[in-house]
Amino acid sequence: MNKDRISSGLNRGTTRTKLVPVYIMGKRYQVPDDLTIMTAMEYVGYQLKRGVGCREGFCGACVTVYRSGNDYKLKAGLACQTVVESEMYVAQIPFTPANNAIYDVKELQPSISSIQSIYPELMRCLSCNSCTRVCPQNIEVMDYIQAAIRGDIAKLADLSFDCIMCGICAMRCPAEIVQYNVALLGRRLYGKYLSKKGPYLKKRLEEIREGRFDEGVEELTRLDRKTLSRRYYERDIELG
Amino acid sequence: MYPDYMRESLRKVERTRPARLKIARSGEKVFPAMSAKDTEEVLRDFHPDYKPDALREVGVGPNKGERITSEVADVLESHSRINPDDFDLSRIDYDTDVLVIGGGGGGAAAALLARENGAKVVIATKLRIGDANSMMSQGGIQAAVNPNDSPLIHYLDAMGGGHFDNKPELVRLLTMDAPGVIRWLEDLGVMFDKDPEGNMVTRLGGGTSRKRLHSARDYTGAAIMRVLRDEVRNHPEDIQVIEFSAAVELLMDDKGQVAGALLYNLETEEYEIVRAKATIIATGGYGRLHIKGFATTNHYGATADGLVLGYRAGANLLYMDAVQYHPTGAVYPEQIVGFLITEKVRGLGGQPVNKHGQLFVFPLEPRDVETACFIRECARRDNGIRTPTGMVGVWLDSPLIEFINGEGTIRRDLPAMYRQFDRFGIDITKEPMLVFPTLHYQNGGLEINVRGETKIKGLYVAGEASGGVHGRNRLMGNSVLDYNVFGRRAGIHAAREARGVKLGKLSLDHVRRYEEDLRESGIRTSRISPILLPDYTRPETKARQLTTHYEGTLR
Repeated sequence: MNKDRISSGLNRGTTRTKLVPVYIMGKRYQVPDDLTIMTAMEYVGYQLKRGVGCREGFCGACVTVYRSGNDYKLKAGLACQTVVESEMYVAQIPFTPANNAIYDVKELQPSISSIQSIYPELMRCLSCNSCTRVCPQNIEVMDYIQAAIRGDIAKLADLSFDCIMCGICAMRCPAEIVQYNVALLGRRLYGKYLSKKGPYLKKRLEEIREGRFDEGVEELTRLDRKTLSRRYYERDIELG
Repeated sequence: MYPDYMRESLRKVERTRPARLKIARSGEKVFPAMSAKDTEEVLRDFHPDYKPDALREVGVGPNKGERITSEVADVLESHSRINPDDFDLSRIDYDTDVLVIGGGGGGAAAALLARENGAKVVIATKLRIGDANSMMSQGGIQAAVNPNDSPLIHYLDAMGGGHFDNKPELVRLLTMDAPGVIRWLEDLGVMFDKDPEGNMVTRLGGGTSRKRLHSARDYTGAAIMRVLRDEVRNHPEDIQVIEFSAAVELLMDDKGQVAGALLYNLETEEYEIVRAKATIIATGGYGRLHIKGFATTNHYGATADGLVLGYRAGANLLYMDAVQYHPTGAVYPEQIVGFLITEKVRGLGGQPVNKHGQLFVFPLEPRDVETACFIRECARRDNGIRTPTGMVGVWLDSPLIEFINGEGTIRRDLPAMYRQFDRFGIDITKEPMLVFPTLHYQNGGLEINVRGETKIKGLYVAGEASGGVHGRNRLMGNSVLDYNVFGRRAGIHAAREARGVKLGKLSLDHVRRYEEDLRESGIRTSRISPILLPDYTRPETKARQLTTHYEGTLR
């Protein structure tokens, strides 16, 4: 077994040496056909500053609008997750200059009127579904906007949960709604006001406030290594 | 879509599944836990930290003479990006109470609490606020909330995972603050997974003896980071965020206090000066140093910048010899090599099995042990599966999760993982994933005390950049907890201290002294740090960039 290959993360091989043409903001380049849009841009010489973040599909920095060959449809995907295609035309949208309202969740109600007062453009939704069609996370964006309009904050929160706030929905929306900001507000309202609060956390916080663990943790901090190690290996593990 | 040659091994995984499912359902342990002795042995023989060239002596600075991770020694034994003589330090661009360097979870938490304690705050971040490992973490945050659990048990788990090297005072705060952190986050609007009674759903993590991982599906990090970022943005009058501005050196004054930082605008290439009465380093980890050539789970900017900044100012490092590899990084397809596959997969019952379909280790050992066992399975026992690009891995049997917990569990509790593989034609509810250890977390860092202070006045550290909280190995869910607990505490104490601070004359003399130190120690190098961004430009491209001059990794 080649030990070097086990740990090698950089300079990884490609399985095929086939090169395909990709147009980066209109400029034609030839890149290996198993690269992602992001690694293709680096392959041709870009050192990315904008349009790159986590590189793993969670941060939304690299959202890219693209079109393939003679197809007229514009699609959007994450550059870090989308493999190039022959005759792909790509452009990055590293920032969305959309409205980020300022608010204090403590002063809001978990209701449609709160959301509407902060993002009034929400009510202009045309139900055109452009947002859903372009979402790189395959989220049912229009459905959550409609839920917001109806005041169904629970559904808004549930459907929008996986949103990475890349901004492309807002860029495509003819009504100029900032879907991802409406969703974030909705989720915060749900988490703060509507999510059921069970008894365990409250009880534990009381116990801590009353000092129930103070002596115990003090003792633990004074234990020598050997005793601590013994306690650790002897501790019972409750899988339930 | 897996290549045909893997089909036979996949069939073996399916054939062994019913027997493994039976044991999993019985409530018995699915595999014996490792003894202290076996743990020591497997780590020594297979964990990358124990390889002969993993460590080397650092020749300068507060930890001079100590053996630390070689790649970290490299960035410390490097020249500054700047010449102190080029700067007129009387020209201040931003004047504030608290400067937070780093726009991740630790930085956001620190800024919010500093503001609550009366400070004006500037957050300077290299990329965007939210571009951090915090946004990417998936499986959960630990807190001893359940009736059968307590902060004392959490304390033991954390200490054991850390090989008892953790600083006791820090672990006390970590575990005792945890339930309060959950309350704070929920009050801000973070949506944790709940059961029908409204109690948080909790799971086991590697090395935990109770179910205490709280999650938000497998987007826990993002759920928290999005809210903290939004809250930061909701206070523009008190918190100013400067993006695409990397701190390249700390400023000090003539009294030996840290007094702010020198920022480099990545877009306009200008330098700007921030004067601050207290500075908090929250720059995160170092995965993009690709230690030992490993792929990483980390975001693009994780290049140990904060370590360099603090070290040059005289702050010392703790446990800088302990690298955490996450046992389950993706290795197939090629496009996602190194990507994090959350430990929650194993928390839900997913099992690592070798090419014969055999479970070969308890799925939830602490990460360093689990990592070493995966490496042993492939390197020594030759039970791994090779990918077309020469990587090797073991299967992570995810379909088992559906059988244990019910159909639909993965779509509901692991949507990020489902989506990640679905993009490449693999349905993880029906087929296992191929995994291998990937570079993940900086266990050590700049040493802090209970107030988040380093030994240099005016300099605080919070989150992954700090050292002492996790000893030499962090448990799952304790990092998200760390940046919340110590981000908040650093913010509180920095704000309080700032009130009484009188700054002297600003100076970059510490940088001059560091350069002298390099010279006197006989270190001859062209390396420059902080490196700011990893270098992924191909040699062929560089050969054509004839007129460019590289400052470290930037042209």
